[in-house]
Amino acid sequence: MDNLGLLADGFGAVLTPENLLYAAIGVLLGTFVGVLPGIGPAMAVALLLPVTYGLDPISAFIMFAGIYYGGMYGGSTTAILLNTPGESASVMTALEGNLMARAGRAAQALATAAIGSFIAGTIGTILVVFFAPALASVAVEIGAPSYFALMVLAMVMVTSVLGGSWLRGFIALFLGLTIGLVGLDINTGQPRLSFDQPLLADRIDVVVVAVAIFALGEALWVAAHLRRSPAHVIPVGRPWMSGADLKRSWGPWLRGTAFGFPFGALPAGGAEIPTFLSYVTEKRLAARKGHDEFGRGAIEGVAGPEAANNASAAGTFVPLLALGLPVTATSAVMLAALQGYGMEPGPGLMTDQPELVWALIASLLVGNVLLLVLNLPLAPLWAKLLRLPRPQLYAGILFFATLGAFATNLQAFDLFLLLLLGLLGLMMRRFALPVLPLILGVILGPLMEYRLREAMAISGGEVSALWSEPLAVVIYVIVAIAVVTPLVVRRVRPAPAAVAYDEGLDLTADDEEKVR
Amino acid sequence: MLRHRTRRAAAAVTALAATVLLASGCGVTRGPQSSNLTMLIPNSPGGGYDQTGRAAVAVMENGDITGGSFEVTNVIGAGGSVAMSRLMNAEGDERTMMTAGLGVVGSLYSFAAPYKLHDATPLAQLIEDQEGVLVPADSPLKTIDDLVQAWRDDPSAIVVGGGSSPGGPDHLFPMQLAGAVGVDPREVNDRYVVYDGGGPLTSALLGNKIDVGFSGVGEFEGQLASGELRLLAVSGDERLDGDGISDAPTLTEAGIDLVFTNWRGVLAPPGISDERRDELIGMLEEMHATPEWQQALEDNGWIDEFKTGDDFDTFLQEQDERVATTLEELELL
Repeated sequence: MDNLGLLADGFGAVLTPENLLYAAIGVLLGTFVGVLPGIGPAMAVALLLPVTYGLDPISAFIMFAGIYYGGMYGGSTTAILLNTPGESASVMTALEGNLMARAGRAAQALATAAIGSFIAGTIGTILVVFFAPALASVAVEIGAPSYFALMVLAMVMVTSVLGGSWLRGFIALFLGLTIGLVGLDINTGQPRLSFDQPLLADRIDVVVVAVAIFALGEALWVAAHLRRSPAHVIPVGRPWMSGADLKRSWGPWLRGTAFGFPFGALPAGGAEIPTFLSYVTEKRLAARKGHDEFGRGAIEGVAGPEAANNASAAGTFVPLLALGLPVTATSAVMLAALQGYGMEPGPGLMTDQPELVWALIASLLVGNVLLLVLNLPLAPLWAKLLRLPRPQLYAGILFFATLGAFATNLQAFDLFLLLLLGLLGLMMRRFALPVLPLILGVILGPLMEYRLREAMAISGGEVSALWSEPLAVVIYVIVAIAVVTPLVVRRVRPAPAAVAYDEGLDLTADDEEKVR
Repeated sequence: MLRHRTRRAAAAVTALAATVLLASGCGVTRGPQSSNLTMLIPNSPGGGYDQTGRAAVAVMENGDITGGSFEVTNVIGAGGSVAMSRLMNAEGDERTMMTAGLGVVGSLYSFAAPYKLHDATPLAQLIEDQEGVLVPADSPLKTIDDLVQAWRDDPSAIVVGGGSSPGGPDHLFPMQLAGAVGVDPREVNDRYVVYDGGGPLTSALLGNKIDVGFSGVGEFEGQLASGELRLLAVSGDERLDGDGISDAPTLTEAGIDLVFTNWRGVLAPPGISDERRDELIGMLEEMHATPEWQQALEDNGWIDEFKTGDDFDTFLQEQDERVATTLEELELL
């Protein structure tokens, strides 16, 4: 296999002492930021992205890979310790993980999460090595109609993150789509919603929107509720697992990986469904074996979903690298990052810039190893970060948010935008509007429009061109199934477990999803 | 005990924040007497302006032509209009230059900027880049005449694509070509598909999604050499070298009265003294004469087209009129 040779070259480029240092700093920073309450991997990556600007592409990749894995793992840490998942994919981890932590087994929960992330991430990345190029060779046959169908599918999937109230969810989604409309029309060059501001004519940077809505909105919200009591912190022991824990974990790790990767590789699969499937499977298997600890803190309930989450995240590199398609908030931030490094994800990527792709994949594998090495012993220390007084904590967040928004384009105008959108984020929290649909609207809206306009330009306005490709038809069938399935699942699925969470500090849109 | 630990954690945060700042690199401070210069680049690292601008800077720094070093700043946004407004706002700043080109001329119209390139201080044109007419290998269009014939039969039957938005080189070229062969550019414009640069355009051609692509030849060398794409014609006044490239005629050879080239050059802010303008032009002339620059031209496949000062100023005004005329014909202005 030629790929192994290319991967070896990638490792050759990546494995220098200097790069390993960048990777280590990346893992530390990523975990550090990811571990903060309410900050998921998407925001961790968005916040820390500017740190990698100015490095050469290979160093930037490897530091970025470290930040990415660190951010992912950091999010799981808060899910387990404080029952505050940073993103919807960590919700299932939080269920049993927090019960374990309350039972004094936080160390084991963190360890199984770390090792599970490592195994799933490594297997997933290796699968990307073999399957992404195969996908890439057929990718040129995929035209605008199929891409548009994929966007329709992604849009339908957005409904699964609308939260408890579909009305609120749709309000947020349409706010996002409106923000996505700002800027020059692609085909005619006419300005839309730009209010004669040349800087608005260039579209609003997704990073600015994400940082404003996630970070600034959250910080303002917390500031508005500062007088309430601080979060209850659970003590952490030493991070090792007994032989019995290991024995109970390896099955869920592998099964979770098997669930997660295909869903991640499916451009609109996401991590919510595989983590849920993994959770249900492990619960059933445990019941069959007769040692069902679910509901009291079962290690299988952490190991499985956590592996599924990470395998899915690795799987998202298949559509991201081969199709240029961001399917999660994290991969959308990642797409922006890769473009910043001069890489143009999409059908031609594998053939046009192989050395960058393989360096990136090697970086991901190296970042994953460093994550495990650094985080297993450091887990208790990370937990202590949450003891920072909230004023200082959120002052730090504001600092990084401002830095992040400014560093993207070095324009003061972006800071005004940041403040304005931050106020929007505060208002959304005040009126319990979920923020995730807004971000997805900002990201998906323009992509969807672009594909539609391209398909229409090629066909000369003939609407039937939209289902002229076999893949497009297949996807519309999947869309139809996706619309019907949740209705069935909702009947089968047990009532959602009651989840306690601290008001004020953690009431983000991601939390809203838990009570869905 | 708890308080102590909190403080230690806080110290750790501070230390990491410091690392962040160090890692992200600090800006270079310039003293008033320093001979260091700034080069503004109107697009992202790796783009065409970036390659040309950085190549020129590298040659000038290595040859110690300016007596100092350069700080290269990518000012991304609005197709170069943001960089242009920064240059215009730096009126009288004698230590700043900007790389510009044909794409920026169009963007200034698209983004309704209140100034044109020749409102700054034109220093020198550095290079020229040819555009190509590309089709997939199995296309029924075998020669540029086939394309012209097909266009004359029914302009709406031919889907064209390019890597730039309206007003950019890949858009202007097919429109001017259509006009030169007596086909209504507006009908061609109706079938123009915008792609986000050369990569997506390549995919669309390889997948037979569009009939003809118009773009800089350099980005397609691989596909042309392997025979996956075919080059019908080049836009300049001389043929280009390369596998699958040297066979393609110029438009003039094919009997079409059109020479179209993408070009890049260097501007200074408005309001600088004449002495300083001549001094900066002198530096660029010195750079142009070095073997390193000639090597850079060859490495990047750029055509050596160097003109300075007033010649460049006149050229910019011509280019501006030509772009404006094309956009007016298309009713895009």
